[in-house]
Amino acid sequence: MKFQILRFDPDVDQKPYFKEYDIALEPSDRMLLDALIRIKSIDDTLALRRSCREGVCGSDAMNINGKNGLACITKVSELKEPVVLKPLPGLPIIRDLIVDMTQFFQQYHSITPFVINNDPAPEKERLQSPQDRLELDGLYECILCACCSTSCPSFWWNPDKFVGPAGLLAAYRFIADTRDQATNDRLDNLEDPYRLFRCHTIMNCVDVCPKGLNPSLAIGKIKEMMVKRAV
Amino acid sequence: MKNTKQPVGAHYGWKDWMIQRVTAAVMLVYSVLILGFFLLHGSVAFADWKQLFQNQLVRILSLLFFFAVFYHAWIGVRDVLMDYIKPFFIRLSLQVAVCLFLIVCSIWTVSILWGN
Amino acid sequence: MASVSSLPVRKFDAVVVGAGGSGLRAALQLSTAGLTVAVLSKVFPTRSHTVAAQGGVGASLGNMGEDNWHWHMYDTVKGSDWLGDQDAIEFMCKAAPEAVIELEHFGMPFDRNDNGTIYQRPFGGHSQNFGEKPVQRSCCAADRTGHAMLHTLYQRNVFANTQFFVEWMALDLIRDAAGDVVGVTALEMETGEAMIFHAKATLFATGGAGRIYASSTNAFINTGDGLGMAARAGIPLEDMEFWQFHPTGVAGAGVLITEGVRGEGGILLNKDGERFMERYAPTMKDLASRDVVSRAMATEIKDGRGAGPNKDYILLKLDHLGPDVINKRLPGIREIALKFGNVDCTKEPIPVVPTCHYQMGGIPTNYLAEVVIPQNGNPNTVVPGFYAAGEVGCASIHGANRLGTNSLTDLLVMGKSAGDSMIKFIRENNTHKPLPAGAGDVSMARIAKLDAKTGGESVHAVGDAMRQTMQAHCGVFRFPDMLEKGVTKIKQVAERAEHLQIKDKSKVFNTARIEALELQNLIEVAVATMVSAEARKETRGAHDRADFHDRPGFVNGRDDDNWLKHTLWYKEGNKLDYKPVNLKPLTVDSFAPKARTY
Repeated sequence: MKFQILRFDPDVDQKPYFKEYDIALEPSDRMLLDALIRIKSIDDTLALRRSCREGVCGSDAMNINGKNGLACITKVSELKEPVVLKPLPGLPIIRDLIVDMTQFFQQYHSITPFVINNDPAPEKERLQSPQDRLELDGLYECILCACCSTSCPSFWWNPDKFVGPAGLLAAYRFIADTRDQATNDRLDNLEDPYRLFRCHTIMNCVDVCPKGLNPSLAIGKIKEMMVKRAV
Repeated sequence: MKNTKQPVGAHYGWKDWMIQRVTAAVMLVYSVLILGFFLLHGSVAFADWKQLFQNQLVRILSLLFFFAVFYHAWIGVRDVLMDYIKPFFIRLSLQVAVCLFLIVCSIWTVSILWGN
Repeated sequence: MASVSSLPVRKFDAVVVGAGGSGLRAALQLSTAGLTVAVLSKVFPTRSHTVAAQGGVGASLGNMGEDNWHWHMYDTVKGSDWLGDQDAIEFMCKAAPEAVIELEHFGMPFDRNDNGTIYQRPFGGHSQNFGEKPVQRSCCAADRTGHAMLHTLYQRNVFANTQFFVEWMALDLIRDAAGDVVGVTALEMETGEAMIFHAKATLFATGGAGRIYASSTNAFINTGDGLGMAARAGIPLEDMEFWQFHPTGVAGAGVLITEGVRGEGGILLNKDGERFMERYAPTMKDLASRDVVSRAMATEIKDGRGAGPNKDYILLKLDHLGPDVINKRLPGIREIALKFGNVDCTKEPIPVVPTCHYQMGGIPTNYLAEVVIPQNGNPNTVVPGFYAAGEVGCASIHGANRLGTNSLTDLLVMGKSAGDSMIKFIRENNTHKPLPAGAGDVSMARIAKLDAKTGGESVHAVGDAMRQTMQAHCGVFRFPDMLEKGVTKIKQVAERAEHLQIKDKSKVFNTARIEALELQNLIEVAVATMVSAEARKETRGAHDRADFHDRPGFVNGRDDDNWLKHTLWYKEGNKLDYKPVNLKPLTVDSFAPKARTY
C-alpha cells in the first residue's frame, strides 16, 4: 500500500517534505494505525503519537487524505491510495505527525473545565435526575483529540483567542450540568466576539468528530442561553 | 519569541450575533415583498416603480431594508477584518473607513428615498 | 550546581510518576494540601490508560438494593483466591463508597436512577450476602466510566493547580546509600533533554505492563516503566505470575468489551449456541469472576466448541437486550463492535477471546501505598520516600485474580491513600535528602548506549520475540514444560534486549528511543513473570497450571499449605523470595481459605 507522509525533523530538515512509502500490509493490519506501526517497524524515524489504539485516548489524530481523524479507528481498506498523511493543520509541527497542542489545551483550560459548586458537599452524592443527566450526553464524551478545532477555519485564524469547538463543547458540558453553579460566570467568560462568536457555524467540527459529537449544537445552545439571559 | 499577553473578554458579541440574524430576516422579508411586486405586475415600467415609492410605507420599509443591509455588512466586514487583518492600526483604520462608508451610504439612501 | 550530577535538578516536595487515575488522585491530595508536586506523564493526562476502563467502579453504595462493604470485601478476598492481603482489602472496600461519592462531587457524570442516585450495574464476582446472588455494585457512566473518571480527575487537578510535566518519561529511580528514594531522572520527549526531579516523596503510578503479551487490551503506553525502574533499583516485584486475562477481548483485535455487557444481561455462547457458563458456574453463570470465565472459555475452545471457521472464539450475545438498553448503557461497545469486530451487536453476537488485561502483581506496598521490602527479617520494611499506587502497586488487594470494577476502586482509594501517606511523610521529614553522587549517571549511560549502538537488533524484532514468547509460554493455561522452556527463551530475549539499536538519532521527539527505553522496562516484567510463574507449583486464580488441577486435598488446584504466599522476584540473579499473605483484616474476622465456586 502506498503512503505519502509529511516528514519534518527540525534537527535535520530545513522544511517539511513528503516521504513516500510502499509497504506490504499483513491481514492483521486493519486500521491506519496498524499500517503506521508497520511502517515504523521499517523506518523507526517516523514520529507519531499513539496510545489506546481503540479511539478513546485521542492521541493519534492526524490529517488523513485531507480530513482530520484518528488513525486507530480509520480502516485502511476504506482509504484511497496513495494515503496522504499530514499533521493536524493549524498547529505548529514539532516533528513529523506530532503537533504542538499547547494552544489547544490553553483554550480548554480557559473555560474553567471543572464543576463549580460552592454548597457544602453533602454526605451522599448530589442528586441528579436521569433527564438532567441526559443533557450531558454528547458533551462529556469528548476525548480532546483536537480533530475538530484544527479543522475549524475560525480556530486557524485565531487559535489564541477563539476557544474553538472542543473548548466550547466542554464549556457547555459544565453549563449543562445541573450540579454546576457558575453558569453566569461561564457565560460572561464567553461573551466575547472572539472567544465564542468567531464560530460561524461552518460545521467542519461536526463533520470530523471521531466520536460523533456535535460541537456546533452545543455552541448554538450557549448563544441561545446568552440571548435568553439578556432579553 | 516575544511573549505578549492576549487579553480577551470584550463583553460584546451576542447583540451583534442577534442583530445579524434579525437584519437577515428583514432583508429576506423585504426581498420577498419586492419579488412579489414584480411577479404581480408582470412587466414593471418606470412609472409603476415611481408610484410604488410614492407610498410612505414602502419608503420606510425600504429604508429599514437598507439599514439592515448596512448593519449586516458592518458586522460581516468587521468579522472578516478581525480574522485577516492582524496589525492593530491597519485594522482600526479599515474598520473606521468601512464604518464611515456605510454611514455615508445610509445618508445617501435617505436622500434617494425622500428626494426627488 | 553541586557536582552530584551532570544533569539539571529541580526540587519538589513530591514527584508523581504517571497521570492516570491513581497518579491524578494522589496529585490532587498533594496539591490541595499546598505541597509542590510535579506530575510526570508520557502522554497528556487524559490519554492515560485509565481512559479505556469501561464498566464501572465498585463500591457498596447500596443504591440498587441492600449492600455493604463487608460483602464487597468477601467477594474481593474470594476473587483473589485468598492471595489478597485482607487488611488492604478491608481498607479498600470500606473506603470505596466515600471515594466514589467524592468523585461525584468533583463532577463525575455518573448514570442516574430515577431517584437521582448513582446507577449501579451487576458485575462479575460481586455478590450479596457472601456469595448468595449477584449484586448491583458497579457505579458507572454508560460504558465510559474510565474516560469520565480520568477527565473528572484531570479537571479537578486543573482546579487545584497541579503542575504537570506532559510528555516526560521517567527513566530511573534514584536511591541514596541508605536505600531511601530521593527522586527520579526523566526525559523530556520533545527536546530529548534529561533532568533530575529531586523529591522528598516519590510516587509511582505508572500503570501496568500488559504489552508484554502479543494479545492485550492494554494501550501502547502500558510498558511497566515503574516496574522496570523499581527492579533496576533493587526493589523486588511481587506476584508477577498473576496476569488477568479478560474474558471478552474482541477476537483478533484485542480491544476490550466490558464485563458490563454481561452485567446488563449479555451471555456467552459456544458454537452450539450453548450458554456454557451454566456448567462452570451454576450460581453466577456469566458473572463468575474473570479467571473462572476465561478458563471456561479457553476450555470450550480447546475442546473444539469454539465458534467461527477456525473454532477459535466465543460468541458474546447481547442483541436480546434490545437497541434501547444497548444505546443507553453500552453505546461505546456498539461502536467498538462495529469498528473492530465488524458486527452490529444489536443484531449479532460479538466474537471474543480471553485477552491479557491486568497485572495483579507489582511493586510491593502496604495499604498506605508505602513500598515495602524484606529487610532485617521483616518482610514488610518500608522504603522511606517511595510509594506506589494503582496497577503498578501490589498492596495486595487483588491477589491472584482481580474482580471487575476493583481496578478503578483501587486507583481511587490507593491513590488517595498514597497522597495522604506522602503528605504525612513530607510534613515529618521536611527537608530534601541529598542526592547521591552520580545520580542520573545510570540513565545517561543507558541513553548514550542507545545513541551510540550500531549493528544491534531492532526494538520491533526483540519486542515481537518477547510478546510471542509470553503469549505462547505463559498464557491462560500454563504447562510445566512450556514454562521451563519459556524461562530459557525469555532470558535469551532479555539478552537480546541488551543490544538494541535505533536508527533515529534525533533529539526532537525521538519515539524510537522512547520505545527502546520502554522495551527495557517491559523485558524486566516479562522475565519476572515467567520466572515467578515457573516457580509457583499450584493453580491459583489467574495462574492456571495444567499439572496442578483440582484433586483430593487440593481444592481448585490450590496448595494452601505450601503456596499461600506472595512471590517476590529480584532482578539481581533472578532471585525469588516469598512472604506470607496477610490473612488478618484491620477490624473484622478473617475469611479463611475455602473452595471457590461461583
